[in-house]
Amino acid sequence: MATAAPSVPVGASNTPVAQTIRRLVPIIGTLVLVFFALIQILPFAFTLVNSFKCLPAINAAPGAFVPVAPFNVECVNNEGRTLSAEATVNGASFNPTLDGYQEVIEGASLPRWLFNTVFIAVVITILRVFFDSLAGYALARLKFPGNRAVFLLILGTLMIPGIVLLIPRFIILQQLGMLNQYTGVIIPLMVDAFGIFLMKQFFESIPDEIEEAALVDGANRFVMFFRVVLPMATPALTALAIFSFQGAWNNFLDALVVLQGAQELWTLPLGLAFLRGQSGETLRWHQFLAGSVITTVPIAIIFFAFQRYFVEGVNYSGLAGT
Amino acid sequence: MAQTAAEPRLATAKGEQSLTGKRAQDIIAGYTFLAPAVIILTVFLIIPMLAAIYFSFTDWNGITPLNRADAYGFVGIENYQRLLFEEGRRQEVFFTSLKNTIFFVIGVVPVQTFLALLLAVIVNQRWLRGKGFFRTAFYFPSITSSVVISLIFMWLFTRNGLINGAIGALFPNYSPVTWLEDPNGMIHNFLGLFGITRNTVGAWAESEIASVSLWNWISGPSVTMFMIMILNTWTTIGTLMVIFLAALQNIPGQVYEAATVDGASPLQIFRKITVPLLRPTTFFVITLGLIGTFQVFDQIFVISVGGPANTTLTIAYLVYRSGFTDSRMGLAAATAIVLFIIIFVFTLIQRRITGETANK
Repeated sequence: MATAAPSVPVGASNTPVAQTIRRLVPIIGTLVLVFFALIQILPFAFTLVNSFKCLPAINAAPGAFVPVAPFNVECVNNEGRTLSAEATVNGASFNPTLDGYQEVIEGASLPRWLFNTVFIAVVITILRVFFDSLAGYALARLKFPGNRAVFLLILGTLMIPGIVLLIPRFIILQQLGMLNQYTGVIIPLMVDAFGIFLMKQFFESIPDEIEEAALVDGANRFVMFFRVVLPMATPALTALAIFSFQGAWNNFLDALVVLQGAQELWTLPLGLAFLRGQSGETLRWHQFLAGSVITTVPIAIIFFAFQRYFVEGVNYSGLAGT
Repeated sequence: MAQTAAEPRLATAKGEQSLTGKRAQDIIAGYTFLAPAVIILTVFLIIPMLAAIYFSFTDWNGITPLNRADAYGFVGIENYQRLLFEEGRRQEVFFTSLKNTIFFVIGVVPVQTFLALLLAVIVNQRWLRGKGFFRTAFYFPSITSSVVISLIFMWLFTRNGLINGAIGALFPNYSPVTWLEDPNGMIHNFLGLFGITRNTVGAWAESEIASVSLWNWISGPSVTMFMIMILNTWTTIGTLMVIFLAALQNIPGQVYEAATVDGASPLQIFRKITVPLLRPTTFFVITLGLIGTFQVFDQIFVISVGGPANTTLTIAYLVYRSGFTDSRMGLAAATAIVLFIIIFVFTLIQRRITGETANK
């Protein structure tokens, strides 16, 4: 302490220089944040704007961002000729169109992908919330032989990188006849070690007096779990549900391996990736961008509605690391 | 007297009964509650992990049905031998992918960790207005589909795209870079500025380690890979920032007050208090970063499929390509196991480094 004190310039914080610095720091700090915020947001903003342009306009004038009348122009005229970029763009303004959306919805069976994605994500989320909380509760509260061993086993599976499972999971699903089926992407993902861990942490953090009281009143563990424990766990369950939904919505690798051969079961990410793969030399950006917007909007709505839980969930995972 | 003696005995007997009843119930409930989770994790995580090891010693092609007697043969360590030790194309491809992956990891992990910490520290400042807005803006990309982000970045980085447009507006002499198909290494390009090329650098550049020439070992990430690195950093910063922010908010205010009273400058406080207290979080963030970047796949699949000239071929993508495009499941499994070991070793080394400095 005594040796450290002299190195601190006493009263330094009152010199004019220090005062100027102190006044500048918030300005510079805010500028840094604004700069990075722009970098994070602008790609989405430009994607949204350009998804309403004709392909030539996207290629020639991606920067035009003011939509002006006439609205909803047809990019291909009656003679089958595509409108040139000049015809729909004027400086920073452009004539919006729905062609990209129309093509991706009518030509590329996007509604089907949307349905598949919603279905798979919802089912995975429901199952995962249920089974993860069951397992998390058992590990946190119930005393039985092997409790600790099972916990370590589950924790150990967190260390297995997903890419290592790519090949053998394909083999096992093939053996079980679950390739190119909904079940092939749902069942392996209906439980996850991270979710169990999160729920265990949560149950350990709440007092167990209420449960003890319920037990004394004669309720058994099963009844009590549904009547007493789950209702108390709503915040953690919501966080887990949102994380599961988001993960399932965006999951690409599992969908690729399991559903590749069944076009009618493709999800949005899988469909978009193959749409890009099939497009060869001329990349059909109006379709890609429209598809990207459609894929992003639902998850964005959920994000803005439940933002608090996203942050809480990350905090849980952060605590897992400490 | 008799009454008082009898009563407690009765109570203990009753208590014991309900206790054993409760205990038995706990055991039954425990196994029932855990059964689904344990079954699923065993069938789809633990058995596959063992199966990966098993198949890495075979030559199965992934197509012949496994119930046929001649579906595959045991080849011992041949797959590993070919990947790691035997000179030839397989070794060249594997070590090229290893090199690409390592440049990717070394480029992305430190940068994203540093930026995430920087942003978290600023967002955590008391003087900042609009905290919620910034947190949302930074976090939003990480909830979006990797395929969507890859498409968006491809589009931004096309030759006539917005990125080249923006750079061109700032620097009129800029000749547009073809980000999506430029195999030139960034370090090669940098050396080229000083006139150092493969031809001028001397004969050592041609000698090979693991079927890859020394000159290629020091290529750095290709321009296309560099673009994917930007993408990856951009996507991940938000999550990591929120983790750092949570840790920062857990540091009690008194610690800072005490330091301020002792006359410590903000910079000293940051170096002597914030950074040490964040060590466990930093370890966690770097581990997450390592595990994520070593497995980069989706972006490669969408943007470059390993090209141009194999410069964006990562180990993860090589696993997929060997297994599903080249129909060599055995080799792919071996590649995956090697990747697993690499990730494991890197995490251990990382723990060593962060752990040791934390003890000081």
